[in-house]
Amino acid sequence: MTTLAAKSPFELRVGLGNLPEQSVREALASGEMGFLHSYTTGSTVDGPGVRVVAWTTGCQWRCRYCHNPDTWTVTNGIPVSVAQAADELRKYRAGLKAMSGGFTLSGGEPLMQHRFAVKLLGAAKGMGIHTTIETNGFWGSRLTDDDLESIALVMLGLKSWDPARHKDLTGQEIGPTLDFARRLAARKRPIWIRFVLVPGLTDDPEDMAGSARFAASLGNVERVEVLPFHQMGRFKWERLGLTYTLESVEPPTSEAIDKAVAVWRSAGLDAS
Amino acid sequence: MKTTGSAWDGFQGALWQKEINVRAFLQLNYTPYDGDAAFLAPATARTKKIWEILTKLFVEERKKGVLDVSQIPSSITAHAPGYIDKASEIIVGLQTEAPLKRAIMPNGGFRMVLSSLEAYGYKPDPQVVEAFTKYRKTHNEGVFDAYTADIRKCRSSHVLTGLPDAYGRGRIIGDYRRVALYGVDRLIEAKQREKAALDDRPSTEDIIRDREELSEQIRALEELKTMAASYGHDISGPAATAREAVQWLYFAYLAAVKEQNGAAMSLGRTSSFLDIYFERDLAAGRLTEEQAQEIIDDFVIKLRIVRFLRTPEYDELFAGDPTWVTESIGGMGDDGRSLVTKTSFRMLQTLYNLGPAPEPNLTIWYTPRLPDGFREFAAKVAIDTSSIQFESDEIMRRTWGDDGAIACCVSPMLVGKQMQFFGARANLAKCLLYGINGGRDELSGKQVGPAFDPVTGEVLDFEDVVGRFEKMMDWLAGVYVNAMNVIHYMHDKYAYERIEMALHDYAPLRTMAFGMAGLSVVADSLSAIKYAKVKVVRDATGLVTDFVTEGTFPLFGNNDNRVDQLATWVVGAFMERLRKHPTYRNALHTQSILTITSNVVYGKGTGNTPDGRRKGEPFAPGANPMHGRDSHGIHASAASVAKIPYRDAQDGISLTTTLLPTGLGRVEKERIPNLVSILDAFFGATGFHMNINVLNREMLLDAMEHPEKYPSLTIRVSGYAVNFVRLTREQQNDVISRTFHGA
Repeated sequence: MTTLAAKSPFELRVGLGNLPEQSVREALASGEMGFLHSYTTGSTVDGPGVRVVAWTTGCQWRCRYCHNPDTWTVTNGIPVSVAQAADELRKYRAGLKAMSGGFTLSGGEPLMQHRFAVKLLGAAKGMGIHTTIETNGFWGSRLTDDDLESIALVMLGLKSWDPARHKDLTGQEIGPTLDFARRLAARKRPIWIRFVLVPGLTDDPEDMAGSARFAASLGNVERVEVLPFHQMGRFKWERLGLTYTLESVEPPTSEAIDKAVAVWRSAGLDAS
Repeated sequence: MKTTGSAWDGFQGALWQKEINVRAFLQLNYTPYDGDAAFLAPATARTKKIWEILTKLFVEERKKGVLDVSQIPSSITAHAPGYIDKASEIIVGLQTEAPLKRAIMPNGGFRMVLSSLEAYGYKPDPQVVEAFTKYRKTHNEGVFDAYTADIRKCRSSHVLTGLPDAYGRGRIIGDYRRVALYGVDRLIEAKQREKAALDDRPSTEDIIRDREELSEQIRALEELKTMAASYGHDISGPAATAREAVQWLYFAYLAAVKEQNGAAMSLGRTSSFLDIYFERDLAAGRLTEEQAQEIIDDFVIKLRIVRFLRTPEYDELFAGDPTWVTESIGGMGDDGRSLVTKTSFRMLQTLYNLGPAPEPNLTIWYTPRLPDGFREFAAKVAIDTSSIQFESDEIMRRTWGDDGAIACCVSPMLVGKQMQFFGARANLAKCLLYGINGGRDELSGKQVGPAFDPVTGEVLDFEDVVGRFEKMMDWLAGVYVNAMNVIHYMHDKYAYERIEMALHDYAPLRTMAFGMAGLSVVADSLSAIKYAKVKVVRDATGLVTDFVTEGTFPLFGNNDNRVDQLATWVVGAFMERLRKHPTYRNALHTQSILTITSNVVYGKGTGNTPDGRRKGEPFAPGANPMHGRDSHGIHASAASVAKIPYRDAQDGISLTTTLLPTGLGRVEKERIPNLVSILDAFFGATGFHMNINVLNREMLLDAMEHPEKYPSLTIRVSGYAVNFVRLTREQQNDVISRTFHGA
C-alpha cells in the first residue's frame, strides 16, 4: 500500500495545492495563499450543524494538552490558494445549507495566517456559507472591524483564569484573549467558549468560576463547551520528539465533567 | 363466494372496488400522520413472553446452525399448522409445523438441499431423493443443461459470482395487501378473467406459457385458502378488522415463503395500507393503541423467524442467514401528501419493543419533505439500533411511481405491477485484470476471457488499458446476459413463483437486474494508471501478477471529480454493454451497485490490483469507497457515491456508512437533528441509498471476542442488516476495517 501512505507522519490529507515555491512567500504576505494541515467534511463538533472544517498550521501557543501538536509549525501544512480552497468549499455549499452547517476554520491558530483566514472566510460568506473561526484569540487585534463582519461565530478557547497557570499551560499571556473577547462583546458578535477540562490542571473550581464569571459578564456568549481531555494526541507528541508532560493524566470522569459543567452553568451560561 | 359484507364499511372510492387496485384504495383512505412518536405503546407482557420463548430457541439454533429440518418438500399446504404458543398468538402461521424448523424446497435445486442436509448432519429421506433424482427435474439441473462453456468458465473463475442457479432467485414481491383487501375469491375471479382474455390469442410459445402460469396462479390461490383454513381462518372474503387484515396479509406472505426459498423474500409496502384498518378500528373503539402495537409486534415476530435451509457456502456470500423480509416505510404520494402513518411509527417501534434485529429489513423511503416528527424518529431509531436503511423516495417515486417497494436491499419495483429477474454480480476488478492479461486469469493463469495480446512494456498506459478493459467488458457483458437468460428461463419452467405472481397483474413490467462488484477498486486503479506511474510485475509465464505504483493519485470517496468521473464512466460503460444483448421475456436491463457481504468473497478471488489493493483483500461493499481511502469525512464520501447516475444503475446504488456516536454530535440531543441533516442533504441531492451504523470499533472488537455478550448486536452491512456475531471471522474483520466517520 505504499502508494496510499501519507507523505508525512501526520497524515497530511489536503491535496489541493502544488504551486511553485517562489511565489509562496509573496502569496502568504498578501493572504492569497495559506498553509492547511487538512480538512474534513461532515463534522458535527466544530460549530453549529454539520460542517466543513479546515485546519491551518502554525500556532504561537504551546498548550501542554494540545492534541494537534503537528499543527504548531506553519511549514507542516500544504500551501493552498484562497481560490483553490474556495473551489473545494463550493462543492459543499448546497449540502451545508441543507444541514444548517457551514465552514469552520480551525488550527493550529488560524489568526497566525490572518490575511489568508479573512480572505477565505470572506469567500465562504460570499457563497452564503455560515462562517466560524476557532481561535485562542491571541491575535484578535489583527482583525479589523470589517474583518469581523465575515465571521459569523467565534469559538474562543479559554484555558485558565489564573494568569500564572495560563502562562504555565500555554506559554503565553491571557490578556490579549480577554481583550478580544471584550471587543467581540462590544460589537455584539456571538462567541462559543471552548474549555478543555484537564484533571489536575484546569479543573480547579475557583479557576473555572473565574472564567465563567468573565464569560457571563460579556453578554455575547451563546454557549460553553466543556471538552474532556483525552490521550488521543499523545502519539503525535512522541512522533514529533516533543516532551509530553501529561503522560499519566487520565481523562476526567463523567462526574468530574458534570461538576465542571455545573460551575459554568451556575454563572448563567448554557454549558454542556 | 363470500360477499364483502361489512368488511368495506367506511371505505371511500369506487375504482378499487371495480378493479384490483390497492393503490387507489390506499390513496383514498389513508390518514397521513404528521406528529411525533409520543403516542407509541411499549411491548405487552404477552409479546415479551412469546419473544422470550423464541429467544431461547435462537440460542439453540445458533449453536447447531439450524434448529430442526422437515424433509417434507415444502409447498403452501405441505405442513400441518404450527404455533409458538397457540393460546397467546395473535397472528398465526409458520412455515412448518414448528418454529424455526426449516423446510426443504427442492424445486430450485436438489443439490443445494442435499449439501445443506449433509452440512447439518441430516440423512436425506430416500423417498425424496428418489423423487427428485428419478422423476422430477429441478431448476438447477435445467440451468446446467443449457449453460455454455463460457458461462461455466466465468462461474468457476469467479468473474461472475452468486448466480442464482442452484436455489430460488427471489426478489419478487407479491402484492400481499390484495388478499386482505379483496379476499382470495375475488382475486381468483380476476385471474380467471385474465386467462380467458388469452383465449382469442394465437397459441404462440409466449401465450401458452402465460396460460399455464395463470392456471398455476389460480391453483396457488386455492391452496392459500386451504392453508389459511387449516389455521381456522376463512380468507375467501375481505378482512373486516385490523387484526384480520394483518392476518390475511401475513397468510399470503407465508404462502410465498412456504413455496419459495428465494434469495430475498421481501414483504412490500404494507404499513400504511394496514394503518387504514387500524384507524377504522381505533375510531370505532374496537382497539386500543396498546392492542394495535401488539398486533404489529406479533406480525413482526413472525417475520423475524422466517428461515430457509441453505449451505455454509451460501453463508459465505450472504452472511447471517438473511431472508430480506424488506418492508418499505414512508415516502410521499404523487399528490404531495406524505405516506407516513401511525403504523409507519408502529413498525419502527418493534425495534424497541422486541430489540434490534436484522429482519424485517425496515427501509425508509426518505425525502427531506417527510414530516419532521417521522424524520426525527427514524433518525433516532437508526442511532439507537443500527437496524434500518434509507433510500431515496424522490428518485424511486419519479422513476417508478408512488406505490413501490424495495426487494432485497436496494431494488425498487411497483408492488404487484413489476417484478425482476435477479442475478449475481460481475467482478469488474477482475475484468480489468483480464484486460491487462489478455483474458488470462491473474490467479490461475488459465485462459478465461477471449485471448488477445496482453499489455507489453513496463508501465501501464491509461488509454491502452481502457481500450483493453472495454474489449473485455464487451465479452463479459455478453456472457453475463446469456447466463441470466438461461437461469430465468429455467426458473420460470421448474420453480415458478406461483403465489407471488398470482398477486401481480397479468404481464407485469419485468426488469433483469445485473450487478457489479469492485467499483471503487476499478475507479482507483484507473486513477492510479492515469495520475501516477504504475509498473507491472510479471511471473515466469508473462502473467501480470502485481503492480508497483509511484506517485499519488486521487481516490474515490473524496468528492474529487478526477476519479469520481472514472467511477461514473465504469458504471455507464458496463450498462451500455449489457443493454446490447436481448433478454429473456424482453426484460428491461437494469444494474445494481450492491454486493451485500459478497465483497469479501469477491476480494478473496481477485489478485493484486493497480490501486494498491493486495491479492485476496476484500473489496469495498456496494458503491462504497475503499476502506479508509475516503479520508475527508462523510459529506465528501457520500457526495462521490451520489455522482453515480441512477439512469445507469436503476436497480440501486448502495452506500454503507459507519459513524461513531460522537461523530454525530458532542452531546446526545444534537445527534438526532444532525443525522436528519445528513440524510436531508444526501437525499435532497442525488443520493440513492444509505445504510447507517452508529457504532464504536471497540465494541465490535469486544463482540468478536465475547459474542455471548452481544446476542442482538445488529449492524447494517450492504443493503441489509445482520447479527454481528453471526458473521464469519473474515466478514467481521472486513466490517471493522471500514471507515468510521467522526474519528
